[in-house]
Amino acid sequence: MKSIISIKSALIGIGLLTVSLLVLTGCPGQSNLMDTRDAAQKTYVAPGDYDEFYAFLSGGYSGQLSVWGLPSARLFKVIPVFSQDPESGYGYYEESKSMLQTSYGFIPWDDSHHPHLSQTGGIADGRWIFINANNTPRIARIDLETFETVEIIEIPNTGGNHGSSFVTENTEYVVGATRFSIPFDPELDVPIDSYKENFRGALSLIKVDQDTGQMELDFQIVVPPYNYDLARSGKGISSDWYFFTTYNTEEAHTLLEINASRNDKDFVAALNWRKAAEYVREGRAELMSTEYYHNYYDKSQSMAISTVKDEVLVLDPKDAPGILYYLPTPKSPHGVDIDPTGEYIVAGGKLATVIPVHSFSRMLEAIENERFIDEIDGIPVIDYDATIIGEVENPGLGPLHTEFDGKGYAYTSVYISSEIVKWSLETFEVVDRIDAYYSIGHLMIPGGDTVDPYGKYMIGLTKTAKDRYLPVGPKQNHPAQLYDISGDRMQLLLDFPTIGEPHYAQAISAEKVKPNAARIYQLEDNNHPHATKSVSDARVVREGDVVRVYMTNIRSNFRPDNIEGIHVGDTVYFHLTNLEQEWDVVHGFAIKGAQNAEVLLAPGQTKTIKWEPNRPGIYPFYCTAFCSALHQEMQGYVRVSPAGANTPITYRTGTR
Amino acid sequence: MNIRQKLLLVVAALMLLPLYYIPFWSISMTAPQYPEGIGMYIHINDVRGHNQHDIQSINTLNHYIGMKEIHVDEIPELKIMPYIFAFMIGSLILIALIGNQKLLLGWLILFVILSIAGIVDYYLWGYDYGHNLDPDAPIKVPGMSYQPPLIGTKQLLNIRASSYPTWGSALMVGSFMLSALIYYNNKKKS
Ligand SMILES: [Cu+2]
Repeated sequence: MKSIISIKSALIGIGLLTVSLLVLTGCPGQSNLMDTRDAAQKTYVAPGDYDEFYAFLSGGYSGQLSVWGLPSARLFKVIPVFSQDPESGYGYYEESKSMLQTSYGFIPWDDSHHPHLSQTGGIADGRWIFINANNTPRIARIDLETFETVEIIEIPNTGGNHGSSFVTENTEYVVGATRFSIPFDPELDVPIDSYKENFRGALSLIKVDQDTGQMELDFQIVVPPYNYDLARSGKGISSDWYFFTTYNTEEAHTLLEINASRNDKDFVAALNWRKAAEYVREGRAELMSTEYYHNYYDKSQSMAISTVKDEVLVLDPKDAPGILYYLPTPKSPHGVDIDPTGEYIVAGGKLATVIPVHSFSRMLEAIENERFIDEIDGIPVIDYDATIIGEVENPGLGPLHTEFDGKGYAYTSVYISSEIVKWSLETFEVVDRIDAYYSIGHLMIPGGDTVDPYGKYMIGLTKTAKDRYLPVGPKQNHPAQLYDISGDRMQLLLDFPTIGEPHYAQAISAEKVKPNAARIYQLEDNNHPHATKSVSDARVVREGDVVRVYMTNIRSNFRPDNIEGIHVGDTVYFHLTNLEQEWDVVHGFAIKGAQNAEVLLAPGQTKTIKWEPNRPGIYPFYCTAFCSALHQEMQGYVRVSPAGANTPITYRTGTR
Repeated sequence: MNIRQKLLLVVAALMLLPLYYIPFWSISMTAPQYPEGIGMYIHINDVRGHNQHDIQSINTLNHYIGMKEIHVDEIPELKIMPYIFAFMIGSLILIALIGNQKLLLGWLILFVILSIAGIVDYYLWGYDYGHNLDPDAPIKVPGMSYQPPLIGTKQLLNIRASSYPTWGSALMVGSFMLSALIYYNNKKKS
């Protein structure tokens, strides 16, 4: 045993030495032989006890958002957002279909990257969480009372909404930014190599209603055709500004791996959104025709409703002096993160050898003194030396994202050398580093992107698991690591697999969310046009070729549960209402031959599943949720007669 | 009866007023599946859930053993009791104004009779619910009845039912004791 340990530590030692040599770091690697008992104690949440934080991990290509507890790393829920979910029926049942409508039609999936909690005064407030869709550009809002997706807005003129969905200090705006610049008019049929003339970038400012949370695309800013990668709102002194990273300032449209990596510096774009909004109110923006969807969940009717918008206000920086500046930044920067004071703008130059830190106040000074080295399409480029305040040396290879602990330190994820470096915001020197398993993308400190970080835990979201867990084949789930950052040295506490591919994550004190979590949907507030609020109203109605079944669910029966008179060729809508008003008593509905999904109904909810039987027969249906002791008895039959038969509609429950 | 005693009698009468708003009895149930608890408060004019929808949940659970559903509008006592209380409050105030010992004794006796009748009625109500079960009930346990205890705690299958008086009952007892004390003091003097 002892010899195994020493061989292992020797191997780790060699590994670390190699990394150290590679990056010529002066800082020693930390041994990962941690005190396991100490780590177990720190993450142990006794059965029945609650976690200190809710954590929200994006699902990446799963299109969803998962909810976890910290420090236990227990999974609570996977919230369907951009992707259909046969488990809950989301995206399959009629009321949810509109949520996934776009100007490209019904899009049943997406790639969700960056969740961001709504904020008040620069602190996460637990009202809503936003998340972006990277593929077919959208932003979703999830309500943190019901933990359900309640709104999705499409973003026009955008190709890959990656630099999103970050909110301003008081959630005035949530932002979108195009990763792939494209021609603005969606119909514009142009050669790809006319990129420089015809392609444009768009930064989108989406206004958030403070009472309802409802989003509205206020305006877009047209920018040169770079790749706009990530974004952050400023805070405190810089709270009127948004910052974006750019890469491909080379404006390449093919083999970007080489062609977009030529310039030594790309830009951080600094946008004064407040001033931009004022210009828009003054009428300086141009109304452009376009098409995009806005899908909103009407709580009262418990259904998503789509509205198609056909124009957008576009502001050109040429007509709006003083709103947008470029800060040269090495090299193909990925993340841009603002420290809790709002003064430091930290960029993660993924091909850079240092972590550049810009100063917000120096930026204002440079603007004041017009220390510009160039101007691109009306956007002044500020002298690098005028804004830079520090360059963190030896950050490892491929620094990406930075969060803060509120105690004067920053933590940067470093992809290629697969580690996290901790550095001082005073000296800009690395003070600690720890391995990530393996190849880390984002990292997240609860509140670490706000004005008031908790500075206790940190999560690293890594890209490959390799040998970390029992192997599950060539494609494995993505891991996450939990670290204790309360002391001088970072300490690894947990290493756990996740759902989908979490890119970014958010966390919030449980106390800000838990008291508001809903237990039921109030039946008395259910104004769904096809709700059945009492078992005596259960019925079947034929309207031509459409048959509507108004069905109630309550432990342990469906009403009606015997239905006859359906014919092949009919379209049947099962309008299901869960009459329960008790927390977590969920019923489900599934019918043989359903080509969509089952559907789950929370207490008090009404949902509709469409069914088009294609051959005669007797079709059993049943409750898919183990709702009660007599759950197995919660079933029924539908008789389907051949097309043209004259079986009349009849229905019943029980014989008495 | 002096002014002070008369005033105290009025106080005793007014002590019954809150009964229109607060419950006098509570039945609480716990089961492994109900960590949040479930139960009902009995008022002179209402039966309410401990939580907003508890009555519905209790009815849903009870249908498995064939127990009748609790529907507030179908319980005649809840319609009668408010009048009885109005009478008791009004008559005591009147007795205080007149200052008549005999009438006060009569009021006290009536109070005792009504209390006994109430307890008997409540017991019979519970007996009916607990024993008069639908023969078609899905869950039938031979020899099992489901009458909640009049007072105390009883295990009914997976549910532990506790039945206890609440502040409303304390007010009733207080009102009676105060009136009785005044009667007793006066009697001693004469
Ligand atoms: Cu069920």
